[in-house]
Amino acid sequence: MRYLAAKTAAEAAGALAAEKGLTRILAGGTDVLVQLRSGMVEPDLIVDIKKIPGIRGIVAESGGFRIGAAVSGAEIGEHAALCAAWPGVAEGVQLIGSTQVQGRCTMVGNLCNASPAGDAVPSLVAANAVARIAGPDGERDCPVADIPAGPGKTTLKKGEIITSIFLPARPDRASDAYLRFIPRTEMDIAVASAGVSLELNADGTVKAARIVLGAVAPTVVVADDAGKALVGTNLDDGALAAMAKACEAVCNPIDDKRGTIEYRTKMAGTLAKRAALIAYARAGGSK
Amino acid sequence: MTKLHVSTTINGDPFEFLCAPDETLLDVLRNRLGLTGAKEGCGTGDCGACSVTVNGRLVCSCLVLGAEAEGAEVTTIEGMADGDELHPLQRHFIDGAALQCGVCTPGILVAAKALLEKNPDPSDEELRYWLAGNLCRCTGYDKIIRAVQAAAAEMRGA
Ligand SMILES: Cc1cc2nc3c(=O)[nH]c(=O)nc-3n(C[C@H](O)[C@H](O)[C@H](O)COP(=O)(O)OP(=O)(O)OC[C@H]3O[C@@H](n4cnc5c(N)ncnc54)[C@H](O)[C@@H]3O)c2cc1C
Ligand code: FES
Ligand code: FES
Repeated sequence: MRYLAAKTAAEAAGALAAEKGLTRILAGGTDVLVQLRSGMVEPDLIVDIKKIPGIRGIVAESGGFRIGAAVSGAEIGEHAALCAAWPGVAEGVQLIGSTQVQGRCTMVGNLCNASPAGDAVPSLVAANAVARIAGPDGERDCPVADIPAGPGKTTLKKGEIITSIFLPARPDRASDAYLRFIPRTEMDIAVASAGVSLELNADGTVKAARIVLGAVAPTVVVADDAGKALVGTNLDDGALAAMAKACEAVCNPIDDKRGTIEYRTKMAGTLAKRAALIAYARAGGSK
Repeated sequence: MTKLHVSTTINGDPFEFLCAPDETLLDVLRNRLGLTGAKEGCGTGDCGACSVTVNGRLVCSCLVLGAEAEGAEVTTIEGMADGDELHPLQRHFIDGAALQCGVCTPGILVAAKALLEKNPDPSDEELRYWLAGNLCRCTGYDKIIRAVQAAAAEMRGA
């Protein structure tokens, strides 16, 4: 195995593209090092991206935020303006692991490790976040929703790395929330999860809703019909019930010791309901 | 595998070492530099026995490559006491019997110190969440929480 601390995104992309063997990108390493040690993967080249200028920064852009790919969960949690604008995104990434893991783990690593249960992903997709990608052919932007391709797989091409994530500007009366269910209170993998982003009208009714479910399909799923069920309502019981039903309809989970198909499906709807109520209150809605 | 040459700072002192590209910082500390305070409980980020700080951040050294220490500031349990003078956390752990076998202790001390630097007056709940990644098979945690709170109170008074 070779280790390269790339000094630019172009150097990283070039080295990854030129390597014939197996490669891994090293952000926080909280997935990569576990996989290395277990012998699950034996990369020929590891490219550390943390020395690339700007990749560890959070900057305001077009009313929103651009978050460097190597920004850790702990750093996101310490950024007051980002947490105020996108509390659901911040709570998703902050649920990952322990304090020690928070000191290292990144949203992009969570996204590109491509576990269906990744805690940072549902809120990013609900937020319509966009990944900026550097590759051998230059730079491109891609919605975060289009990055996961299945367990352990992404749509990134050989040599491509994500350099930052863009979270758009927030209008007034808008917020988000993320909830997961785990059997313990800390340090566990989601059995089901839901990220909800809401925008409200001046009268407190929902103008737009985006609901994304985790751990209930090979990738996160955008529950479009569930979002539609909330539009025009102020989250009355009927609307919430219709929304939960629409969530259940798009679930396609696995059956394992952590949860049965029926349980995960039901939980996804329930978590979406609870997350929607939290996002609604955060956006200033009152019932 | 070609070895990498790494220059770093550990507990304020400059260090240089050679390591394999896939060698963890924990293995470097223990096997190459003789700093055996950080322990390997799991090697997969679950137990916290290997806790150190890198550039001021609490991390599991089993999930950091030795090569990543290049140019970094690392602190370990070996840097906690001031010569023969124990840190208040260390003293209160002994006084309060907050350890039995002691395998988890270096990691918990490093983690607790990192919390008190950020928040000198944590609630028990904040403390328990902060230490959720530090497993202890012996004490049942209660004495650990009490010892950290006693040290925190002393440090606030000082
Ligand atoms: C003790 C412990 C507890 C954990 N708990 C949770 C949890 O509760 N929830 C959860 O979701 N996860 C959890 N994880 C898994 C892991 O911490 C997360 O998935 C984390 O977000 C990974 O980020 P990282 O920066 O460490 O990724 P890395 O390990 O550095 O990389 C992960 C993958 O992403 C790729 N990658 C990284 N950066 C880029 C980039 N910029 N562009 C393209 N590809 C890239 C790498 O090639 C690799 O395949 C846990 C891990 C541990 C060790
Ligand atoms: S040895 Fe590093 S967390 Fe257990
Ligand atoms: S004292 Fe033995 S593991 Fe904590």
